[in-house]
Amino acid sequence: MRDYIYNFWQGLYTILVGMKVTLRHVFIPAVTIQYPSVKPQMPERERNRLYVNMDDCIGCDQCARACPVNCIEIETVKSIPGEDLGTTSNGKKKALWVTTFNIDFAKCCYCQLCVFPCPTECIYMTDVYEFSEFQRESLLYDFVTLLPEERIQKKKNYEELQAKKEAEKIAAAKKAAEEKAAAQANKPAEPKPDNKEENKQ
Amino acid sequence: MMYDWLYNLTGSELLAMFIVSLLPLFVFILPFALLAVLAERKVSAHMQDRLGPMRTGYHGILQTVADIIKLLQKEDLVPTATDKMLFNLAPLLTFVGSYAAFAVIPFSGFFIGTKIDLGIIFIVGITGLVVAGILMAGWASNNKYSLLGAMRSAAQIISYEIPTLLIILTIVMMTGTLSLYDLSEMQTAYFWNWLILGGPAIGIQKILLIPLMMMGCLIIYTSTLAEVNRTPFDIPEAESELVSGYHTEYSGMKFAMFFLAEYANMFAVSAIVAIMFFGGYQSPFGYLGNTLGWNWLVPIEQFSWFTAKGVFFVLVQMWLRWTLPRFRVDQLMAFCWKYLIPFSFVILLLVGLISLM
Repeated sequence: MRDYIYNFWQGLYTILVGMKVTLRHVFIPAVTIQYPSVKPQMPERERNRLYVNMDDCIGCDQCARACPVNCIEIETVKSIPGEDLGTTSNGKKKALWVTTFNIDFAKCCYCQLCVFPCPTECIYMTDVYEFSEFQRESLLYDFVTLLPEERIQKKKNYEELQAKKEAEKIAAAKKAAEEKAAAQANKPAEPKPDNKEENKQ
Repeated sequence: MMYDWLYNLTGSELLAMFIVSLLPLFVFILPFALLAVLAERKVSAHMQDRLGPMRTGYHGILQTVADIIKLLQKEDLVPTATDKMLFNLAPLLTFVGSYAAFAVIPFSGFFIGTKIDLGIIFIVGITGLVVAGILMAGWASNNKYSLLGAMRSAAQIISYEIPTLLIILTIVMMTGTLSLYDLSEMQTAYFWNWLILGGPAIGIQKILLIPLMMMGCLIIYTSTLAEVNRTPFDIPEAESELVSGYHTEYSGMKFAMFFLAEYANMFAVSAIVAIMFFGGYQSPFGYLGNTLGWNWLVPIEQFSWFTAKGVFFVLVQMWLRWTLPRFRVDQLMAFCWKYLIPFSFVILLLVGLISLM
């Protein structure tokens, strides 16, 4: 009988205790963050979408080599003499035109390994994390600041320069050969090392 | 009386009757259900440190309206293996059962469907239809979870009707009336005339009655809570065990009918507790209308007092829902038969003895 009354009292009392707890929670501010309208404060070392500051990029390709999933694609073209590419923010002279700098965020694993090797600190993590797309192709980001025609132009410039250099080289070689021939004509008695080897064989 | 007033206004018995019978639905139950569903969601959210619906209107106040529109648009699905007639009849019967109870509930001295003398007996009897509807829904769904839920519900409602009726009997014995209107009128003037504080009795009798009445109030509140199948007595629709019990197979407007019936029932039982123990529509401090001499203000005040009391008890039901976990079936039966029924017998006996004094 004592147990019976005790149970009854306990039942009643514990319900009141529980009700007190729930009532207290009514007045505790909600922990909900109204996400699309209110954004949560991200931690300081968050890893989200990458950004490349092309003004500082020297095209060294270190980030692409560090990437474990090969999502960075870089192509560079040497500048021709007389072109001024400017300097980076830490004073390095730029020597390469970066004609391709693609990061495929569909592949990117946000490991931040590309950020550390960068000598000019031009590739870094931003706080943007809402960039979903309907097409996978839309996640291929192109960071190059040059216009498409400019990229072709730079390539062509370099090729022309190369061709010119090649032509000069050929001309120089020709000249050298001519000179050699002239010299040989002057000293015919001198034996040739090549011929010696040929003889041995 | 509303009916007489409308009869004089329209000059047609039929029209007056029609309006009086539809008034509680459109003036009261539908807005109440809309607000109660929203309140339930907001209260539960805030008790769990969440926010609840926030995006439909200011702080989500239009959420239930949007839900109702969605339910109205939904296809009326009837599974092939069901008993079509019973399946379609069940939500109607459930709603009719809980709506009919409002016929005798006095919202104010003026706004009452009918002043029949057997008010309480009528409510107890007509809400029996709800059990029939639930059992019908469970059976006709041809779904084991629905049937299980319906059977649990029937068992629960029938066992919890006993303490409810014993406490009602106590009140009837004390006051000598079954009419809810007379019961409310008896508790007029100030709050110490409410039955929870011993009613109109005086002297030592009143002091002896107070603890018994408080116990009785607690018992009837608990057992009516069980009758409307709400947590902690929600084993008939236990989501985690039975999907959602007897209304698992229902969709669209039929589901909304069950929902409406549940909320109507919640208010009905709260109203019964308010009428029997907390003075019904009577104000605890007298009326502003009487003081100022504006007689038309009194029924409005009474209506607001009644609504406030009812809504308060509904809120306590919600509060309990988010506080207590669900009973097991054996605990449920043990609680009813080992605690509520003996206690209500003791109250019945003691109140009888005190009334003889």
